[in-house]
Amino acid sequence: MVSGPLTDKTAIVGIGQTTFGKGLPESELELACVAISNALDDCGIPPHEVDGLASYTMEQNREVDVARSVGLGDVTWFSQVGFGGGAGCGVVGQAAMAVVTGQANIVVAWRARKRAAATSRPWSQVVARVGEHQQWTRPFGLLRPVDEIAMLTRRYMHEYGGTRDHLANVAIAARKHANRNPAATMYEKPLTREQYMNARWISEPLCLFDNCLETDGALAVVITSAERARDLPQPPAYIHSFAQSIPPQHQTMTNYFTDDPLRGPAWVCAEKLWATSEIRPDDIKVAQLYDAFSPLILLSLEGYQFCGRGEGGPFTDNGAIELGGRLPVNTSGAGMSEAYVHGFNLVTEGVRQVRGTSTAQVEGADNCLVTSGEGVPTSALVLRTP
Amino acid sequence: MTSAETRSGFILPLLEGDEGSPFWQGCARGELLVQACARCGRRRMPPRPMCPYCRSTKRRWEATSGRATVWSYVVVHPPLLPAYAELAPYNVVVVALDDDPSIRFVGNLVDGPDASINSIDPATITIGAPVQVVFQPVDDVTFPRWTPR
Repeated sequence: MVSGPLTDKTAIVGIGQTTFGKGLPESELELACVAISNALDDCGIPPHEVDGLASYTMEQNREVDVARSVGLGDVTWFSQVGFGGGAGCGVVGQAAMAVVTGQANIVVAWRARKRAAATSRPWSQVVARVGEHQQWTRPFGLLRPVDEIAMLTRRYMHEYGGTRDHLANVAIAARKHANRNPAATMYEKPLTREQYMNARWISEPLCLFDNCLETDGALAVVITSAERARDLPQPPAYIHSFAQSIPPQHQTMTNYFTDDPLRGPAWVCAEKLWATSEIRPDDIKVAQLYDAFSPLILLSLEGYQFCGRGEGGPFTDNGAIELGGRLPVNTSGAGMSEAYVHGFNLVTEGVRQVRGTSTAQVEGADNCLVTSGEGVPTSALVLRTP
Repeated sequence: MTSAETRSGFILPLLEGDEGSPFWQGCARGELLVQACARCGRRRMPPRPMCPYCRSTKRRWEATSGRATVWSYVVVHPPLLPAYAELAPYNVVVVALDDDPSIRFVGNLVDGPDASINSIDPATITIGAPVQVVFQPVDDVTFPRWTPR
């Protein structure tokens, strides 16, 4: 419980997004530019002041194309973080590091993606011959991310007694929150437990509603120093703590080969995150946990120390992760019911919670945990109010 | 890698030029091989160029008994690539080797050496079930698969 050199030294001061949808007419570049422009307008910072850029290695828009479209000036720092959905909080945290070290003063971080078309899904990009890690899974028909996580889920259920009811708790909580969020894809579509239980299988033990959405859209945030943040129009969301992790012997998505495959990157990330946080897991008021698949929430609840190993399932019972519960989780609807943009909407919802402007606002939320993908090299943030 | 589809429509491994290629060459001879450090002797899966225990780059491939137990499994449903969709629902398993349970392989349960990956009733699959490797040709590759024992 000590502060570190990053503690509260930077803040997210602006957030922006596009509409979310399927088959949006705009290009990924246009979506990125609109989200960034909206984030700059949100904090009143002109584009020429932006001198840092951060995104995912999987981002298809190049920094140069974004910079000259949005009208940025002298950019002195830019960086990308790898491993898809594991990158989101890492992108923001590395931007904070750039500000603290003086490499940049105003950093824009973003993710833009057109994912909704079936042909744009990475697993469907057919490659006939595979080497490296893919050769140990793909030939046998373990083709999609959902298959990879379903394998860990079955083992999780076997070891700990997790049930489909626990997974349904996750899907239903996200949907209830989305039903309050007009920007969410599933705003007008309730989800009942009966619908969940009768849904078609995708990869047993996971059904349709255990999966995130497929979305076209973009989000952006603006990060600057705590000093500068005080002069800006929005309440700052201070970056209190930040961590990334790759555990020993980890293999991304198909972590079946270590001594303890159910102890994923979240555990290592959490140790680092809480080591430089004055806010403890018990103090966290609301959490945005990466939810490409519902079982990742159970693993993340355990990894980030909200409960013991194997207790993630029962933790979700009795509405505990819904608004009004012990730890409201994914209050925008997140990847499963708002939009799946590699988890960057978890960051913006974390900011809204500490600003007090969420459509599922947790009363007295003076902090928020945000995590990126479990099951891949990952990252996490603790955001807080002044 | 090539963008051309394989004859069978299955995704296939590289038989040469990859760290894992000796594994597939072993399968073609009817051997289930695992990579081991030639200095400290520790086995590792998936294979890699350096031993994570002693940092030697000297490595060899060792034969195994081919006996294992089911560690986990999934039953896969569409949407899938066409060749796989034709067989759905089919199982994919992770098995742990009896010789060394820290060594695990992804594969499929089949009802015999010539049976398809959808030949086992998914309701009969259980974690911990004992299985034995069998080898099945697919195009120019020999796949290890697993049959109940």
